[in-house]
Amino acid sequence: MFEISTDRVDVDALRRGLMDSGCGGYTAFEGWVRDHHQGRAVSGLHYEAYADLAKAEGLKILAEADQRFGPVRLACVHRIGDLAVGELAVWVGAAAPHRDEAFKACRYVIDELKQRLPIWKKEHYIEGESSWVDCERCRAAGHGKHDHDHDHDQAHGHRPQRTTEEQSA
Amino acid sequence: MQLQINYFAWLRERAGCEAETVDTKASTPAQLWTELDARHGFDTERRHLRVAVNDAFSSWDVQLTDGDRVVFIPPVSGG
Repeated sequence: MFEISTDRVDVDALRRGLMDSGCGGYTAFEGWVRDHHQGRAVSGLHYEAYADLAKAEGLKILAEADQRFGPVRLACVHRIGDLAVGELAVWVGAAAPHRDEAFKACRYVIDELKQRLPIWKKEHYIEGESSWVDCERCRAAGHGKHDHDHDHDQAHGHRPQRTTEEQSA
Repeated sequence: MQLQINYFAWLRERAGCEAETVDTKASTPAQLWTELDARHGFDTERRHLRVAVNDAFSSWDVQLTDGDRVVFIPPVSGG
């Protein structure tokens, strides 16, 4: 099960949906909206998705995880829209006969979706500016320009993607 | 040939619209990018993007056909 949702995520319902008498291990990952990024105070995030492709790619990632580590029961929901600090942005749950497969599959899903899902986040800063966030690897590489290698097949354009918006409350 | 183009994230902001229908002689996503970049001034390089045709990731040199939906995909930042 993979969903892109504008609504609050019902974690208990998702967890219940993964329960199975053949599963002895369950784990989940939750991604939360953080109040800072690169030294700047963040007031909230806006997530935007190319939903049709994101759903297809999300299901593909879950199928890959099952193929690699399965049998494993998996579910994932990614929020879109405006999220406040502390809100749950992404949830991944995995249940398997044994814990090792559950941990590995959960880790695989969150790592792959961050690299592959056509979803974009825009950070809103306390001082009123907003900016689209660059990919993790480029941040890790410590530069805003481009040309370092990636071990995935995705290209990235990385001047800081900044727009200034009117100050809001 | 008519194509449906959708824009997301900062490409949407630079295009000034979420979607547009274009009449074009471009026969591949690469040619289409060049044409639209000239019109909108996306101020980025194509190598930073991926492209999807009819809601599936595609190569830049696939042959487009009338009515195709083309989406240029900026670097993603979900999760």
